[in-house]
Amino acid sequence: MKISSHPESWMQVREAGLYCVPADAYIDPTAEVPRAIITHGHADHARSGHGHVWATPETIEIMKTRAYLSAETGETKLTYGTRHDLGGGVTLWFASAGHILGSAQAVFEYQGKRVVAAGDFKRHPDPTCAPFEVVPCDVFITEATFALPVFQHPPLEVEVQKLLRSLATLPERTHIVGVYALGKCQRVMKTLRLAGYEPPFYLHGALRKLTELYEGYGQDFGAWEMVSDIPRKDKHIFQGKIVLCPPAQINDRWSRRFESPLPTVASGWMQIRARARQKRAEMALVVSDHADWGDLIRTCKQTKAPDVWITHGRVEALEYALRKEGINAKGLNLIGLEEEGGS
Amino acid sequence: MEAFSQLLDDLYFTNSTLAKEAILSTYLRATPDPDRGWALAAIAGTLSFDMFKRNLIKTLMSERMDPYLFDLSRHYVGEMSETVALAWPQSSDPVRLNRLPDLHEVIAEFQSRDRAGIRAYLITLLDNMTPAQRWALLKLGTRGLRIGMSARTVKTTIAKMADVEIGVIEELWHGLEPPYESLFAWIDGRAEMPDISQVLTYSPVMLAHPLDEDKDLARLAPGTHQAEWKWDGIRVQLAAMNGEVKIFSRTGDDVSHSFPDLAGAADFEAVLDGELLVKPGDEIGSFNQLQKRLGKKKPAKKLMTDLPAHLMAYDILSLDGRSLKSETLTDRRKLLTTLIAGQDPNRFSLSKTLEWTDAAHLRRLREDAARSNGMIEGLMIKDKSSPYIAGRPKHQWYKWKRDPFLLDAVLMYAQRGTGKRSSFYSDYTFGLWSDAEDGKLLPIGKAYFGFTDEELKLLDSWIRSHKLQKFGPVQEVTKELVFEVAFDSAHESARHKSGYALRFPRIHRIRWDKPAREADRIEAVRALVGK
Repeated sequence: MKISSHPESWMQVREAGLYCVPADAYIDPTAEVPRAIITHGHADHARSGHGHVWATPETIEIMKTRAYLSAETGETKLTYGTRHDLGGGVTLWFASAGHILGSAQAVFEYQGKRVVAAGDFKRHPDPTCAPFEVVPCDVFITEATFALPVFQHPPLEVEVQKLLRSLATLPERTHIVGVYALGKCQRVMKTLRLAGYEPPFYLHGALRKLTELYEGYGQDFGAWEMVSDIPRKDKHIFQGKIVLCPPAQINDRWSRRFESPLPTVASGWMQIRARARQKRAEMALVVSDHADWGDLIRTCKQTKAPDVWITHGRVEALEYALRKEGINAKGLNLIGLEEEGGS
Repeated sequence: MEAFSQLLDDLYFTNSTLAKEAILSTYLRATPDPDRGWALAAIAGTLSFDMFKRNLIKTLMSERMDPYLFDLSRHYVGEMSETVALAWPQSSDPVRLNRLPDLHEVIAEFQSRDRAGIRAYLITLLDNMTPAQRWALLKLGTRGLRIGMSARTVKTTIAKMADVEIGVIEELWHGLEPPYESLFAWIDGRAEMPDISQVLTYSPVMLAHPLDEDKDLARLAPGTHQAEWKWDGIRVQLAAMNGEVKIFSRTGDDVSHSFPDLAGAADFEAVLDGELLVKPGDEIGSFNQLQKRLGKKKPAKKLMTDLPAHLMAYDILSLDGRSLKSETLTDRRKLLTTLIAGQDPNRFSLSKTLEWTDAAHLRRLREDAARSNGMIEGLMIKDKSSPYIAGRPKHQWYKWKRDPFLLDAVLMYAQRGTGKRSSFYSDYTFGLWSDAEDGKLLPIGKAYFGFTDEELKLLDSWIRSHKLQKFGPVQEVTKELVFEVAFDSAHESARHKSGYALRFPRIHRIRWDKPAREADRIEAVRALVGK
């Protein structure tokens, strides 16, 4: 088969996801494949069972921690900006995506054209990962998780103040904050420290390994302890303090060990009231790892890409808005990427 | 306004009723008049005016935002006010306020301004507010507040603050008006309890428990209990005093303006409890006919002549200024019988008591109700010695509805829900096969309840993986899933392609196992309801 230089012909959607034809490699595939390029460590992007994996060193470490890599898996670690010959005439390099530690945009260069698969990304400042880098390109492949005008993420500092105010006014309540183990947990802790919160954090077991991994990369979260290390009878210790756990645990049996718990969810979805109620949260912190509406459009324009392909999320809205800007946008209808997870 | 917005947020995000009561009473104690009274009215749903129309909000948004993006957003969020609150695009040259006005200032401003003034003021407020404050304003201004706090909980809170039984507040409530300054003066200990004896007001009604066939049937005997038809009209309370007549709905709304023909015919001083029906000739009209009279704020003369409003009375709460609530049902009924006998029989009739001998007889009567063409939905069985007690006292009144009708219908379209269910596909349109055997499904109804939260999740994911076309917010699905649909009655309808509309359709069971081609045909409706 003759492959022309137009990206449509060499970057395609297959059943397992986005596929770079000349390099015979998938990007964040949803099934086990021989050659996989992984943008970041969230479970809907990084999976186990691939033959060979290309990713940033941080992402490789995260995948190891989560047991996504076995002894048989080949790995190629590429730091941001390192150019790599992927074979078939394709050059691959990673640019930071600002989503979580190690998150990357995969940049493909082939026959003079450049395609950037951004993975998940955000533009709001995050003290726990490198900021998003704009890479000019011919085709920009973006997510659209929060692609509706109702999503205008407030600064994290403002959201964290809500939590600090509540701790001051309700010192008898145990503030249980539901956060994803990878990224959200560490970002919330770090932002709280920067806002001057000093007591130790109390962590659910599921958050330990990844927090230690972040610390291995030089992140400092101050003092934190495992909830399970504190004797059950000493539950007063948690009152007026912050306990962090996966979101599903805030109203689960696990949280019944605490005195007068105040279930809180930190997620981009919390902007919609009914979502917070669905989770039975009593406090909703709008904390998102994704670009909001304004940032999505701004970013697409900054890449100067004449073509934008949209992977998942609110595809219709972003496609429509970009076309109004004169950008040739289209939805790829990728399935398997979590609609409302990672957030 | 900041405090009010904070109050709504706190209430919205609090789960326990007790905690909600604590939040509300703390606010009511800490906030001066008249703001607290207006806040109470907003939460209890007793504001009598819109500060601005929903249409104005829509117009403002259509001027500021792409309508397609707005629609996508609204369907995603599940409701308009929150969508506007979140997506409000700031004016290019906004008027900046040094502080947000107090709640009563906001209300007074909106009430004193003309249309252009209301528009300008609304824009200024929205430009100066956070999303949460905008939400509070939009909900307040259009009286669309739903924060999971019932009127009952509000009254309980007030009763606790005043240190009285809730019954005292129930009696008082409908005689008071926002911003409730006399109520708060009494709660604060600065004044006596407000006197409402000269106010024509709604008295909370007595309600029935569903009859539990296993436990309750044995309690009943013709000597101690009377049976009546349960009419499928509109429960109302008609109150007449000093030449003034008011008709209240079951929830205490004044609906007199919709039924001036009935109100004008009342020639007595009494408070009656009964069923509002229409009586176009000698017979009671159908539900279809009654529906034409509902929701009309100023009914046309012709409509009132064609479909005169009628009260089927079954109880009397007071007569000539004397409360009868503590009398027995038998004694009240004697007085009611005499009163009705002196009224225009086209306007007032007495709900007749049914002869019955034993439980088997009652059961047969209940089955007769199913053949009444829908206007009788079952039996009411009342303890003859019962006083008239507001609320739902135990073992006094029973309702025994006939069984619902059942049909197997095929899911055709789904729509996302609102509120707690926003983003879930929770509204379902279903259809029956046409009689013509042409393989066409004809939509017959829509239901959004009858299933558990677990089933909702399953249905939602089924729909997501069986999508066909999308028509705006309406998602068409492959015609594969069968619902057993329960409904109370059916009537002919030109609006539905099937020719029928169902009353109170709900999902009775999800028939995951049943092939769609085995679902019912339209003729099944005809067979069931006998027309």
